[in-house]
Amino acid sequence: MKTEMMTLNMGPQHPSTHGVLRLELEIEGELVNKVIPHLGYLHRCFEKHCEALTYPQIIPYVDRMDYLASMNNEFGYVVTVEKLLGIEVPERVEYIRVIMAELQRIASHLVAVGTYGLDIGAFTPFLYTFRDREKILTLFEITCGARLLYNYMWIGGLSHDLHPDFVRLTKEFIEYFKPNLVELNNLLTYNKIFIDRTANIGILPADKAINFGITGPNLRASGVKWDLRRDDPYSIYDRFDFEIPVGKGTFGTVGDCWDRYYLRVLEMEQSLRIIEQAIDHIPEGDVQSAIPKRIKPPEGEIYARVENPKGELGFFIVSKGGLQPHRVKVRPPSFVNMGVLDEISKGHLVADVVAILGSIDIVLGEIDR
Amino acid sequence: MLDTIIYVLNIAIPLAFLVPFALFAVYFERKVSAFMQDRLGPNRVGPRGYFQTIADILKLLQKEDITPAEVDKPLYNVAPILVFMGSYAAFAAIPFTSIYIGSNIDLGILYIVAVSSFVVAAILMAGWASNNKYTLLGAMRSAAQMISYEIPTVIVIISMIIIAGTMNLFTLSELQTSSIYNWMIFGGPDMGWKKFALLPLSVIGFMIMYISTLAEVNRTPFDIPEAESELVSGYHTEYSGIKFAMFFLAEYANMFAVSIVVVSIFFGGYQSPFGYLGNTLGLSWFVPAEQFFWFTVKGIFFVFVQMWLRWTLPRLRVDQLMTMCWKYLIPISLVNLVVIALIMVL
Repeated sequence: MKTEMMTLNMGPQHPSTHGVLRLELEIEGELVNKVIPHLGYLHRCFEKHCEALTYPQIIPYVDRMDYLASMNNEFGYVVTVEKLLGIEVPERVEYIRVIMAELQRIASHLVAVGTYGLDIGAFTPFLYTFRDREKILTLFEITCGARLLYNYMWIGGLSHDLHPDFVRLTKEFIEYFKPNLVELNNLLTYNKIFIDRTANIGILPADKAINFGITGPNLRASGVKWDLRRDDPYSIYDRFDFEIPVGKGTFGTVGDCWDRYYLRVLEMEQSLRIIEQAIDHIPEGDVQSAIPKRIKPPEGEIYARVENPKGELGFFIVSKGGLQPHRVKVRPPSFVNMGVLDEISKGHLVADVVAILGSIDIVLGEIDR
Repeated sequence: MLDTIIYVLNIAIPLAFLVPFALFAVYFERKVSAFMQDRLGPNRVGPRGYFQTIADILKLLQKEDITPAEVDKPLYNVAPILVFMGSYAAFAAIPFTSIYIGSNIDLGILYIVAVSSFVVAAILMAGWASNNKYTLLGAMRSAAQMISYEIPTVIVIISMIIIAGTMNLFTLSELQTSSIYNWMIFGGPDMGWKKFALLPLSVIGFMIMYISTLAEVNRTPFDIPEAESELVSGYHTEYSGIKFAMFFLAEYANMFAVSIVVVSIFFGGYQSPFGYLGNTLGLSWFVPAEQFFWFTVKGIFFVFVQMWLRWTLPRLRVDQLMTMCWKYLIPISLVNLVVIALIMVL
């Protein structure tokens, strides 16, 4: 029987494109032949805008890229500029930054895991993960007053010192959160329907992942043990003891949607480990002592990268010696990771495209910038 | 003249039950989901939010009735009515109490199965007429799913009919009177050793039928036709205002209809599980009131189970749904049917 191709326009206003992504699907019945992502609905000229701003002024805009992981974005940016300036930051600042970044990683993964459940049709885990994320946001709120876009990490320091209750509340959070991860696994991860929907779907083999430049949890789920926190350590990550989980293909093939999902759950456990090690050893000190009066880097260029919840976030900054950068280029992990969408969606059903897109975990603020 | 009035009344009585029930069920669903999800749920309109759904319905009634350009107008307008009609007509053969049944026809169960199929046609009409790719996909999935899942339902019904020897839901309910022991889920009214042989088979039959009815009313984990994360809201994406309210009402009416069919077949219909207070006290008029109470409670219990599943489970994929029906439910129910028939012949 001769059937016609149908073009299905998914988004920009669609519940599961995680923002304003528009996917053009070529489908035959429900079988997907091609997925063409169309970008730019959230474009805010971040890179061009940076050329008109001084270095500290850029930080709030960095927040708005991956708005689910603002702390990590700030971390990446300030590490880059500090490298350009050649300044050392106090120990206390390093510890606080690592704790904040790992808390933010948990928060980001909670959104990824929760919304993934939503994509598969399970509504309740989504609200459970958001309930827990709320606690992390409260920790950020008592630290710097903001819940989403913090402007907390400054070049050479931090905007605020820790709240006196922070250490206690963080420990309480860790104790509170651990059983909830078990609950999440029982409710969603090992659910038969969930496994059926995600195992052996959207398989991304390791070689293909490397060819497409995939980073972060998506790369590790394909079985490649690559984590910048261990392989190219920045800040003080080399002092902590943590494992790098990789996909094992427990219910299907290595690199399928279930692996990508479960890897995030495992990473949350590892982040908890890092926080537990760091929280007791925060040295005393002044968090603003190393902030330069005037930030005017010498002429030169610099590239630095950090491990974001979504993957490798890189900043390339060219300085001509002025108060503003000459050029800022970002390597956004979501953007690069999304490139593989068409490759691994071919031959699957429409419902699987939703599952695959959710498992890649994109944030449109970062893709479009 | 009197006949006409009686007919109209007869038609209106289930409606007088159904509309308040739907209002309650929507509120109930929101409270149940809120409880399961660590939220409060509606609590602003009226005491503890009791009037929330009434406010919602009033809002829907006031909304502009938008008909998108390029839709197939007649089909588009008829579909919501037909959807509701399909689920409402089923109530004609359902006994509410021992003194009220809309139409006491002998082919009651067969009639209900037949008339619920109208819903499939209406959903196809809605999806096709909306002239939207998402609604079309939703409608296609819905038709495939509902037709497939009718098969195991009907097979289980047949096997139960073999045990009970009647297709009349009223007679079937009367058979299961006086105690839990006589319910069909426990192998039906007393038949000596056969009852114990039939008990596990009845339980299997009940489970198959309950799963299939879930699929027939498009509830999670079978809510594929309206899969929000894939198809926005499936076949009724383009409807708004009162027409959307019709789909909504039909969904809840359908949930209750399939629950009560399951209850009538397996759980004694309107029969009380413990005997009647009215009989003990010698107030015979009180018995139907008790029966209506049990009818409602049993129906709402199974509606609650549907909600419970919806807020717990993820959604199956289209092909997995079909696999489940054709490879598991239908063969199991067929074997079940044959075994039940053999036991009954012995």
